[in-house]
Amino acid sequence: MVHEQLKQYVEKIPNKLLEELEAHCPASKLKKAAEKLCEEYLNANIAPGEAVGLISAESIGEPGTQMTLNTFHFAGVAEMNVTMGLPRMVEILDARKSISTPTMEIFLKSPYNKGKDIRDVALQIKETSTSYFVKEFTINVTNLSIELNLDQEKIREVHTSVKTLAKALEKALVKEASIKLVEGDNIELKLKGKDEKSLNVLYKLKEKLKDIYVTGIKGIKQVLPVKRKDEFIIITAGSNLKKVLELEFVDTTRTVTNDIHEINSTLGIEAARQAIIDELLKVIEAQGLNVDLRHIMLVADTMCMGGSIKGITRYGVVSEKASVLARASFETPLRHLTNAALVGEIDYLDSVVENVMLNQPVPIGTGLPRVIAKK
Amino acid sequence: MATTEVYLNGKYTGDIENKEEFIAAIKSERFKEPFAGRLNIYYNEELNRVFVESSRGRATRPLIVVKNGIPLLTERHIKQLHKNELSWTDLVQQGIIEYLDTAEEETALVAFTEREITPDHTHLEISPLAMLGLISALVPYGNFTQSSRLSIGAKNQKQSIGLYTTNYHVRMDMDVNSLHTPQKPIVKTVMHDLADYDKHPAGQNIVVAVMNYKGYNMEDAIILNKGSIERGFGRSTYFRPAIAEELRYSGGLMDQICIPDKDIKGYKSEKDYKLLEGDGIVYPEAQVSEDNVVIGKTSPPRFLSSLDEYSLASNIRRESSMALKHGEQGVVDFVVITENEEGNKLVQVRIRDQRIPEVGDKFTSRHSQKGVIGFIFPESDLPFTSRGIVPDLIFSPHSVPSRMTISHLLELIGAKTGSLAGRHVNGTTFDSEPEEKLRKELLELGFRDDGTEIMYNGLTGERFHARIFVGNMYYLKLKHMVANKIHSRARGPIQLLTRQPTEGRAKEGGLRLGEMEKDTFVAHGASLLLKERFDSDKTAIPVCESCGLTAIQDALKDKRFCPVCGDSVEISDIEVSYAFKLILDEFKSLGIYPKLQLENKY
Ligand SMILES: [Zn+2]
Repeated sequence: MVHEQLKQYVEKIPNKLLEELEAHCPASKLKKAAEKLCEEYLNANIAPGEAVGLISAESIGEPGTQMTLNTFHFAGVAEMNVTMGLPRMVEILDARKSISTPTMEIFLKSPYNKGKDIRDVALQIKETSTSYFVKEFTINVTNLSIELNLDQEKIREVHTSVKTLAKALEKALVKEASIKLVEGDNIELKLKGKDEKSLNVLYKLKEKLKDIYVTGIKGIKQVLPVKRKDEFIIITAGSNLKKVLELEFVDTTRTVTNDIHEINSTLGIEAARQAIIDELLKVIEAQGLNVDLRHIMLVADTMCMGGSIKGITRYGVVSEKASVLARASFETPLRHLTNAALVGEIDYLDSVVENVMLNQPVPIGTGLPRVIAKK
Repeated sequence: MATTEVYLNGKYTGDIENKEEFIAAIKSERFKEPFAGRLNIYYNEELNRVFVESSRGRATRPLIVVKNGIPLLTERHIKQLHKNELSWTDLVQQGIIEYLDTAEEETALVAFTEREITPDHTHLEISPLAMLGLISALVPYGNFTQSSRLSIGAKNQKQSIGLYTTNYHVRMDMDVNSLHTPQKPIVKTVMHDLADYDKHPAGQNIVVAVMNYKGYNMEDAIILNKGSIERGFGRSTYFRPAIAEELRYSGGLMDQICIPDKDIKGYKSEKDYKLLEGDGIVYPEAQVSEDNVVIGKTSPPRFLSSLDEYSLASNIRRESSMALKHGEQGVVDFVVITENEEGNKLVQVRIRDQRIPEVGDKFTSRHSQKGVIGFIFPESDLPFTSRGIVPDLIFSPHSVPSRMTISHLLELIGAKTGSLAGRHVNGTTFDSEPEEKLRKELLELGFRDDGTEIMYNGLTGERFHARIFVGNMYYLKLKHMVANKIHSRARGPIQLLTRQPTEGRAKEGGLRLGEMEKDTFVAHGASLLLKERFDSDKTAIPVCESCGLTAIQDALKDKRFCPVCGDSVEISDIEVSYAFKLILDEFKSLGIYPKLQLENKY
């Protein structure tokens, strides 16, 4: 369906650009516009032999030296405390499995995003354990039992019941104690089996009791409903993307987490790549620095190239390098060399570092073109 | 009643019931023996703990004790002090003066001056100046400048060249400088008197104009008057000794200080020994320059058991003379021949070198306004005032606003007044002559009270539109001089192991093109330029084409062969860095077989 006048550009320019041009440009000026577009597009191309990786590294690394080591960042009173700055940048680039402050931004479907039952919704997401519901623990030494004095108000708040609570406790404490509902909707726990040290065991049980998961989404430690522009969103401390996306009132198209590995496991590698880009940009922009998007895209591409997330570390991206000498020059040279010798690796000397070591022209820029003789 | 824990020198020692009583008891007893004022006590309310400190190495400072709003130090004490009937130690032992450490200071309320004492105050400053250290107190008008600048100003003063000792001519100090005509500052502080600064001054009073001139004082640079330099401003002498010792070795062998024989190992050249007298030591007042030997010395061979050393019939001693290093020069100032503790003959030769200010030498005022000379103008080309005063130094006004060194500007006014009135000006921090007074005096002396004057361009004679801030200042020459630092190299010595250029000025080394500098070449795609930059250790090595190991070239027999495959194989030369040849050898030592596969480049 491409216009007649644009036929000749089909191979040269991406289709999407052509379609856009066709949609916005009057037919009379189409040819001229296409010509200009082609020229601009080719100009924007990076020339063969440009050291894109190195330029990206320097372009991200240099502003990094200006970054303050200021870890904490509060944007207003109602925001969560999130790691920013250099530590966060290192975290992303190293592709750490456990990040220091996992957080989510949960967008809601209408009408909840207008503030309907916002507190209620938030509490449903939050992971709640027994201690939240208990007003008082009473330890009965004589018959070795603990009585939980429950706060009925709080139980109703999170749409649960004493029964669910009891069930959760029973499940967690199958071996240790028996659960009994007592009058006034309270719970009594009785220790199973009696031995000498039972009082001590009772105390331990009480401590264990406090942290037993009852309801909500595991991993979400805190929730904070915040009004952003015209809608309410929920910011969390702790992250569990998979479970949150399963909730029916959550807008699955916009909800995000800052845990890149979690995005990879729930939404796939392309989403993870985008998450790396977004997160890096967020850090850089928060510091008032300016790095071209394409540098960050290249880093994200490199990290996600193999289908899984690899950090810029000796275990990640660096271990994928083809050249033994290049790997050895980064970190732990002895290990790389001996391992390479064991399998008889060949270094073809087709990258920068190896050629600098050998004092040969590096295959970049003016070192790239060769003369080919006609036979 | 709740008890309070007591910690002595950080260790828990016990509980007390009444902390107020306990603290009061310690405070009333601590100036007596055996504590003698070395005890400090501090109560931490948050922790409900009392910390008692008696350990050494804490920073403490003395303060006058105040009781019920009355300082314990009275006029009577001061009179007694003047008459030498009372000493400082007496005051401390009587509990009139207390030394507080940083922790106890937190619980004390210290009055700045006697006037502001209230019944709540516990201590009184002896003098506000006592808050500063010795060197910081040498900065005049310190209370008009940021404290961080004050610290930097103090640090600068420590690097200044002055009269570091009066017996320098009989001393053998390493790497010292001495200023030729040091002066005491016109703007003084009390500390200058207390520290006998006029006995070892470290700077000179000069006329400073605050202006820009021809752009040679951008970015903290300063312009100097050539006439002032010729009159002796900033002239100093640099002393450096050469030391040689006749060491004794096992087997009765020893070093020998003498003119080395021509046939010893490592003999330099006859020219280098020409300044030595018969005893192998240079004569005083000899002009010496680089590579000249000042103390001739030979040492016995290093490895006695080495067979080939025995087989040589000739002299096998080696050369170990002390010679001037690359770029050094001077005059032999002083020669000492003596014996050291071990009874070895010790020869020390002190070399003196006059240092006249040159472009790149560093100067500073006392307010952390340091700068290097950007240009030295002839006196005739410098601006002059309507009275014909030509500044010795031109200081850039851009150095002031961001650093907020108001004291620098005040000193300028103060010293101008002082020099015109022929007196010293008191610039003691917190206790200086007020600006208004100085201004009034300046006005009475026939100058504008803001210190500005009409000036004329020295090159064209035109009057400047703006009035220029001119005055006197105390300037210090810092020990960082270009003569000690200037360095360049086109070719020169290389390291034995890597065949790369040596590093450092002393070894006439090259300037390293490092990892990050390499990146700039790569980023520009300047591949061949990069190769050329790293060419310093390039070599051609013969490689056996069949096994890929480095082959051997026997230049004597003009033969090449492979140590593995023999001499019937194809051997080709490849051009690589020597460092790469080295790493191939290291691979082999690791048990790794680095096989080179050769290919035709074209
Ligand atoms: Zn061979």
